[in-house]
Amino acid sequence: MSDESAVGTQQASSGSDAAAPSKLSVEGVSKIFGGLVAVDDVDFSIAPRSIVSIIGPNGAGKTTFFNMLTGLYKPSTGRIVFDGRDITGTRPDRITAFGVARTFQNIRLFSTMSAVENVMVGQHARMKGGMFSSILRTPGVRREEREVRERAREMLDYVGLRAAEFDQVSSNLSYGDQRRVEIARALASEPSLLLLDEPTAGMNPNESARLTEFMGKLRDERDLTILLIEHDMKVVMEVSQHITVLDHGEKIAEGLPQEIRENERVVEAYLGKSAGD
Amino acid sequence: MSKLAELRNARWAPWMPAIIAVVAVALFPLFRPPLDATMSDVIQALAYVVMALGLNIVVGFAGLLDLGYVAFYAFGALAAGWFASDHFSKVNGGEGVHIGVSDFVQTAFPQGIHVSFLLIVIGAILVTALAGAVIGLPTLRLRGDYIAIVTLAFGEIISRFAANGDSVIIKGYALSNGRESISPIDQLNLPLVGEFDSATNLRFYFWTALALVLVVLFVNFRVRDSRLGRAWIALREDEVAAASMGVPLVRTKLTAYAIGATFGGIAGAFLGVYNNSVNANQFQFGISIFLLSMVILGGLGSIWGVVIGATLLSFVNTFLIPDVLDKGSFNDLLSNVGLDFTFGEVKFGVFGFILVLMMVLRPQGLLPERRRTAELTQGVGGDEAIVETRA
Ligand SMILES: Nc1ncnc2c1ncn2[C@@H]1O[C@H](COP(=O)(O)OP(=O)(O)OP(=O)(O)O)[C@@H](O)[C@H]1O
Ligand SMILES: [Mg+2]
Repeated sequence: MSDESAVGTQQASSGSDAAAPSKLSVEGVSKIFGGLVAVDDVDFSIAPRSIVSIIGPNGAGKTTFFNMLTGLYKPSTGRIVFDGRDITGTRPDRITAFGVARTFQNIRLFSTMSAVENVMVGQHARMKGGMFSSILRTPGVRREEREVRERAREMLDYVGLRAAEFDQVSSNLSYGDQRRVEIARALASEPSLLLLDEPTAGMNPNESARLTEFMGKLRDERDLTILLIEHDMKVVMEVSQHITVLDHGEKIAEGLPQEIRENERVVEAYLGKSAGD
Repeated sequence: MSKLAELRNARWAPWMPAIIAVVAVALFPLFRPPLDATMSDVIQALAYVVMALGLNIVVGFAGLLDLGYVAFYAFGALAAGWFASDHFSKVNGGEGVHIGVSDFVQTAFPQGIHVSFLLIVIGAILVTALAGAVIGLPTLRLRGDYIAIVTLAFGEIISRFAANGDSVIIKGYALSNGRESISPIDQLNLPLVGEFDSATNLRFYFWTALALVLVVLFVNFRVRDSRLGRAWIALREDEVAAASMGVPLVRTKLTAYAIGATFGGIAGAFLGVYNNSVNANQFQFGISIFLLSMVILGGLGSIWGVVIGATLLSFVNTFLIPDVLDKGSFNDLLSNVGLDFTFGEVKFGVFGFILVLMMVLRPQGLLPERRRTAELTQGVGGDEAIVETRA
C-alpha cells in the first residue's frame, strides 16, 4: 500500500505506470486450499506493453496466482480486472476470448496432435465455424479452416520452429520445440496479455538468451503485455521492467529490477538461497 | 503414365479404397435372393456401424467414457414404435395421423400415428440429441470412472423405463409395451421410392442401412476435421489446457454427447422398423458393452477402424457364433471332449476374450487413429526407453 501512495507523486519510473490505465489490476486476491493460504491478499497491477516478472521460491504461490488470472481457480477473496473488465471467477475460455493467453510450467500440449493442430486449437476462440456449417462445409468454413491453418504455420515459424516439424505429433518434438509450440499456441489466441510460467525451465543458457530476446520482440512487434514467472535471475533482470516477489503467498516486494536486487527481504527469501547453492 | 499420376494425385485419390468398398457393398444384394440370411446379417452389421460411430464420437474423440449408449438405441427404436404403429390408438379421435405413408398403411392401420421413415428418423434425432445432452449434464463435473458410472446408470434407467413403460401411463397411453412388443411397426417407407416389406424383400432395407452409414460417416469426417472436432480431441488430451486455449468445456462436451446420441437414435429407428417390433428385451446393458468393444477393437477415435470393428463383431455375433462355432464339426468336437455348452450361451465371454486378446496383441486397435499410433509406438518426447517397454 505504501508503494502505491508513493507512485503517483514522486517516482518518475513508476509514475508513468500509474498514468496509463493498467492492463491488469488485482486487488486483495487470496487463494486458500483447505488450511493452506497459497496466495495471500496480493495487490498487483501491470502497465500495458510492459514485461513484468513474478519471482519467488518454490511453493510461493506463483502458479496459483496465474491459475486465478486465467480462470482455472476462483479466487477465495479479491478482484481481478483486465482491460477495465472484472474477470474474477470468469470461465477460462471466456478469459481467453477477452485476450489473456498462457503457457504452462509443465508443458501441456495436446500430445497426439501435430504442432500445427495444437496452434489451430489455440485459435478456437477467434473462430466462428459452428457444427452445422462445418458439416455442410460452407464456403465460409472452408476459408476459415484454410486461414487458421495458414496462421498456425506462420505462428510456428514466428516462434522459430523448423518447417519440417510442423506436422510432427507434438509429443515427438524436442523439449525446446514443445515450449515453442506452446508459446505459438498461446499467441494464436491473439492475446493482449501473455502469461508465461517458467518458459526457460529446462533450456540451456543459449536458448534462454534467445527466448529473452524473443520476449522483447513480442512486446514491441505485437504490442503484448507479458507477465513472466521465472527462476532464472539472468533472464528476469534482463527482460523485466518491473518485478514482483512472492513468498509464502505474500507479496514481499515489488519494484524495478535494481531495487529488487538490493531489497534485503528478497535477498533473504530468495536470491540468498539460490546464491548459496 | 501421366494420366495415372494425375489420378493418383487427385483430391479424392485417398478415398479410392473406400469408394470401391462402398460400391461393392452396394451391389451385393443384387447377387443374393431378396430374402437372404447373409443380407440380414449385413443389415444388422450396418446398423451397428452407425451406433458404434456415434459412440466413437463420445468415447473416441471427446474421451468421455459412455457405458449407457443403449439408451439412445432405445429412444430411437421407441420413436419408431410411437410414430409408426397404432400405439397411440385414440389419437385424432381414433382417426389416426398419417403423414407421407402409403394408401395401404392408411387403410390397414387407420388408428395411431403413422409417418414416413424419414420423419421418424428426424424425430429420433431430436429426441436423442436432447437425451444425450441430459445424460451429459450430470457428468460435466466428473472425470473418467465417475462418468462411466453415471452413464451406466443412465442406460439402466432408460432400459428399466422401457421395460416398465407399460405401467407408465400418460394421458391414457403407455410409454411402451414393456417386455411385450409394440408391433407391428410400419414397413420401411421412403418418399419417392416406395414401401418395402421386410418379409418379402430385404434389398431396400439393406440400401437404406448403407445410406445411413454413409450419411453418418460423412458427418463424422466433416465434424472431426473441424473446429469442433479439434476441440473434442483437445479436451480428450488435456481438459485444463483446452479450456485455457478458449475451448468452452460445457458446450463442447454436451455437443459430443448430443451428436453421438443422435447416431444411436438413427440406428434405433431403423432397427425398430426393420425388426417390425420394439420391446424392452432389445435394450440390454450388454449392447452398450458390445458397442464399446467394437470401438476399442477397431481403434478408439479411428473412423475406419470403428467401421471394421463394428462389422467384425457384428458378424461374430450373427454368423461366427451361431453358424460356425455352434454348428457341425466344431460343436461335435466340443461334445466329444465332454464340453456341453453352446457359444451362443457364452456370447459375452467370447467378446470379452476377443477384447483381452486385442489388448495383448494390438492395444491400439485394428486400424488405429494416426495420432494414437504415434503415441503408442514412438513413445512420449522421443524417449527411447518407452519404445522398448511397449514392444
Ligand atoms: N490445487 C491445489 N490444491 C492444494 N494445494 C495446492 C494446489 N495448487 C497449489 N497448491 C499449493 O499451493 C502452494 C503454492 O503452489 P504454486 O504451485 O502456486 O507455487 P509456485 O510458486 O508456482 O512454485 P514453483 O516455483 O515450484 O512452481 C504450494 O504449497 C502448493 O502445494
Ligand atoms: Mg509454479
